[in-house]
Amino acid sequence: MPVTTLLFYLFSAILLGSATLVITARNPVYATLYLVLAFFNAAALFILLGAEFLGLILILVYVGAVMVLFLFVVMMLDINLTRIKEGFLSYLPLGLAIAVLGVLELAAVFWSAPLGRIPAPAAIPANADNTRALGVLLYTQYLYPFEIAAVILLVAIIAAIALTLRRRSGTKTQNIGAQMAVRAKDRMHLVDLREPKP
Amino acid sequence: MHDFQNTAWWAVLWSLIKIIIVVVPLLLGVAYLTLAERKVIGYIQVRLGPNRVGFRGSLQPIADAIKLMFKEVIIPTNANRFLFLAAPVLAFVPALLVWAAIPFGPGVAISNMNAGLLYVLAIAGLGVYGIIVAGWASNSKYAFLGAMRAAAQLVAYEIAMGFALVGVLMVAQTLNLTKIVEAQAGGGFWSWYWLPLFPFFLVYFISGIAETNRAPFDVAEGESEIVAGFHVEYSGMAFALFFLAEYANMIFVSLLTTVLFLGGWYAPINTPLLIWIPGIVWLLLKTAFLLYVFLWIRATFPRYRYDQIMRLGWKVFIPVTIAWIVVVGVALETPLRAILR
Repeated sequence: MPVTTLLFYLFSAILLGSATLVITARNPVYATLYLVLAFFNAAALFILLGAEFLGLILILVYVGAVMVLFLFVVMMLDINLTRIKEGFLSYLPLGLAIAVLGVLELAAVFWSAPLGRIPAPAAIPANADNTRALGVLLYTQYLYPFEIAAVILLVAIIAAIALTLRRRSGTKTQNIGAQMAVRAKDRMHLVDLREPKP
Repeated sequence: MHDFQNTAWWAVLWSLIKIIIVVVPLLLGVAYLTLAERKVIGYIQVRLGPNRVGFRGSLQPIADAIKLMFKEVIIPTNANRFLFLAAPVLAFVPALLVWAAIPFGPGVAISNMNAGLLYVLAIAGLGVYGIIVAGWASNSKYAFLGAMRAAAQLVAYEIAMGFALVGVLMVAQTLNLTKIVEAQAGGGFWSWYWLPLFPFFLVYFISGIAETNRAPFDVAEGESEIVAGFHVEYSGMAFALFFLAEYANMIFVSLLTTVLFLGGWYAPINTPLLIWIPGIVWLLLKTAFLLYVFLWIRATFPRYRYDQIMRLGWKVFIPVTIAWIVVVGVALETPLRAILR
């Protein structure tokens, strides 16, 4: 068995294990850290496939930024597990329905395109630059979907700010312009206290 | 012998040898950077700095290391034991991992990967997990405040840093760090990227100071406000690992700034007099200069107020980098590109 196959099974096993632990961990901080581990192993799988751009972007965006914010929020919460578990049974039917639906959809995909027909990854030429290849494809063939996705993200950013922005009156804030304009002579007066010469 | 060199074992062994060749000098550099820092700041403040251990204090880092190794690692009563001990490791490992992609000369790197720039950007951002986890696991309010500050600061400055690197990427047209350096060859000092990409150079270096939590952006430690921030509960070797990570990151940021903006291993003036000097000497000299700037800045500027740090990151650096990306983009489509390439 080639080394890459062994590595594939290793990373996949850790990925599945940590993904399971994300939903079973009792401590939400642990769950977040397991999710980080899962992302790492997914990135490793991408890199094994020769898609180093996707793997590194996964680490950069999800592990480096998104999960930091997740951890930031989760640490601030004082999550009481007993209270969350109270409603468990009432949500169970809905959860099960969604799970069954997901499994059915996946089954439909695999049934219509059996695994044998999914082409095996092509052999990667040595020193292939898949970052460039991806860029060329995104900016030529998929230009419109790409730009539309970017605009949707921009709208989402503006909407998130607009929804959470509250202008409260009576709060004290710094006037940055005034702070920047301050010079030493505005803050300090030197007073000559020497005795006047007779 | 040639058969052996083609086996997987040889690949593993050779990688290990390369890693040792990089990591051992790095750790020695970290040790002596602590001494250099104390000496430089000492002289700036008209003191002598450490001068008792060895010749003029030259063995001080060794004494410090031995002291830290023999100190007890105290775990607070209500701390989360596992994460408390894992946090220093989480801080230290990314600080070493980034060195895998750093080129020390043409083709001299542990791994000359295609997406090297992306790799160092992705891995360098991971060090903050050590700080956040340390702050949370310590079960101390000061440590927790430090962790919160570190997280917010990292997210703010990583965006500006990423945009600055986008500029380099646009001009060099590659993510490969070796090729980025080679694209700066030619006219010596004036053909390096610091000049056409001056705003990126400034933003990258200042964001680098912020990302390594160094003064004047060291609010995560902020000893005058939150005692010592995220590492207030740490002692002994666990504490030392945070410091090793911080200093290794300083060296890394200085070296990467050299590679991206200061021409890497090329001599500043293209004369035969300077060209015979090996490239690694130039690379290390430039890095040492930037490290001196790190110490100089620490000794000169007072700590930023927290809201000012956020303002600088979000409202100054990000607009500046976006504007300069547009400038570079336009320049690349006009005859001006002769200057950039």
